[in-house]
Amino acid sequence: MTAITSTVPAAADGARNLTRTLLVGFLVLAAALPFLVGKSGFISNFTFLQLSLMIVYAIAVLGLNLLTGFNGQISLGHGAFFAVGAYTAAILIEQFGVNYWLTLPAAAILCFVIGYLFGLPALRLEGHYLALATFGLAIAVPQMLKYKHLEPLTNGVMGINLLKPDAPFGLPLSGDQWMYLVVLIVAVGMFWMARNLLNSRPGRAMVAIRDHTLAAGTMGIDTSRYKATVFGISALYVGIAGALHAIIFEFVSPDSFRFELSIAILVGAVVGGVASLPGAVIGGVFVQFIEKYADAMTKKLTQAIHLPLELQPWTLYGITLIVLIYVMPGGIAGGLAALWARLRRPPQGG
Amino acid sequence: MEQLIQQIASGLASGAIYALVALALVMIFTATDHLNFAQGEMAMFSTYICWQLIQWGFPFWPALGFTILFSFLLGVAIERVILRPLHNASVLSIVVVFIGLLAIFHSLAGGIWSHTIKNFPSPFPTVTFAGSGYIGSHQIGMIVVSLLMLFALFAFFRFTPLGLAMRAAAQNPVSARLVGVKVDWMLALGWGLAAAVGAVAGAMVAPVVYLEPNMMASILLYGFAGALVGGISNPAGAVFGGFMVGVLENLVAYFGNLTEKTFGIYIVGNGEKLTVALIIVITILTLKPAGLFGRTTVKRV
Repeated sequence: MTAITSTVPAAADGARNLTRTLLVGFLVLAAALPFLVGKSGFISNFTFLQLSLMIVYAIAVLGLNLLTGFNGQISLGHGAFFAVGAYTAAILIEQFGVNYWLTLPAAAILCFVIGYLFGLPALRLEGHYLALATFGLAIAVPQMLKYKHLEPLTNGVMGINLLKPDAPFGLPLSGDQWMYLVVLIVAVGMFWMARNLLNSRPGRAMVAIRDHTLAAGTMGIDTSRYKATVFGISALYVGIAGALHAIIFEFVSPDSFRFELSIAILVGAVVGGVASLPGAVIGGVFVQFIEKYADAMTKKLTQAIHLPLELQPWTLYGITLIVLIYVMPGGIAGGLAALWARLRRPPQGG
Repeated sequence: MEQLIQQIASGLASGAIYALVALALVMIFTATDHLNFAQGEMAMFSTYICWQLIQWGFPFWPALGFTILFSFLLGVAIERVILRPLHNASVLSIVVVFIGLLAIFHSLAGGIWSHTIKNFPSPFPTVTFAGSGYIGSHQIGMIVVSLLMLFALFAFFRFTPLGLAMRAAAQNPVSARLVGVKVDWMLALGWGLAAAVGAVAGAMVAPVVYLEPNMMASILLYGFAGALVGGISNPAGAVFGGFMVGVLENLVAYFGNLTEKTFGIYIVGNGEKLTVALIIVITILTLKPAGLFGRTTVKRV
């Protein structure tokens, strides 16, 4: 390995350093944002909430990316783990008075265990069958949350209301600003861990399983244990995202975690670009953006081009998806990378 | 006991619809290796077309005939225009395209005909006959029409040159092309037929579940489950799977209610029957990954 790293040209090394500096600078700026704005109202609390939600969805999309992009397993049911994480946080805070920070590891552990246990039998299923099993999970979890015997905990269809925590240590931040900071810190940690995981020996094993399961097995990789573990880790990521969502959104109910959520996470992963960490961020932004602005955008578009039929947001959404797959088969991240490569390609003679 | 028979009978009736949906899924799957997530919404859209024609004064059966034709052309068009250029794309991209189609049909139906629930007329006369205490005439009609469709399709694939060509194109595209089968068009035909079968399923089930943009969502899921349990590569197995899932779903609710009545313990009810049915299906799949009647594919490395 050392031989390979040392042959990296200085230019590429420089480019990597530049990227890293830019990234760190951007993150510092993002973290400083609530302090700079303070209570001036220049950026509203609502906007901070939107930003937090984007980051939360980015974590969820990253979780699915680990499974689908880097390990080659399709899941149509990650909304279920999102729901489990959210309910874990909500129940712990509301019923047991646990500090909100502690709910994150709790949600993480619970989701990892459920994901791992679900992954074990799911290993026997591939492709479409796994898609069905996870699809079933996505359908089952909202029903289970309404289950009669769980009602003392989950409060049934009514859901659970939470209170947003205030900023600690007398920091001059509103609740939304503080939670934005929390979410940002957690997200940076999660992305950093994902990057390290992927650059490690187990990470390469994950990718090897995706590329050729049988060959990976012959190389001595315990493919079933890896697949189940990756399922668990993926669920862990989504569970943490769910817990954060519950805290910043201050409300959980079975109907906020319907099948559409799983689809949204999957679409975010594919649109952002599977097998790409920056793609997960783009995917998260996409998920929240569509959820929030699809309605308004469609109305504007209908007025702008004078359509006789009132355009529905979902029609536009569907068309966007299909066009995106045509134009950028590797997702937005893949498309941007290809564009960048083309721009940087030295001009060829003749 | 009487209630049990009633439950099984109505399970068979809804099973007939699941069988049709499963068959439509299998038809596209054997030809292209894709599970069409938009199948249900396409069927729902076709059902709206049928409803509109009936509203304009057409009698039921001609309206249904026209709808089938329309759906067939729609299916062919979707394959030719949208999926043909993507035949080398990854599974994940295709899944997203299907989700896109689903969203488009769903919202178009909602936009054109609004989301309010509509009554859909049943074409079958209400008659009383021996055993009509157990099963309604529409349910009998559903089963009969479904079985007729199944036999017609079976005959088409088994006894006509076109059916043979379609099977050849699905099983071995390269050799089929060598003997002069237009494989591309066979795939498009498969899509058309699947859409037509879906249209029939939609029109049959609409009087029961009422017409609205969401009506096919759970039916598609049951159809999926049926197709996979029976073996997605085997049309007859998929049909059996569809019936099985239909009966299973009703039995779960029935025995759930029974335990609640006799022991006073609530375990499962209508709210959880989907979950329980899915758990059973997934259990079967983990034990027999290729489905009950599916051929295990042996891959050469």
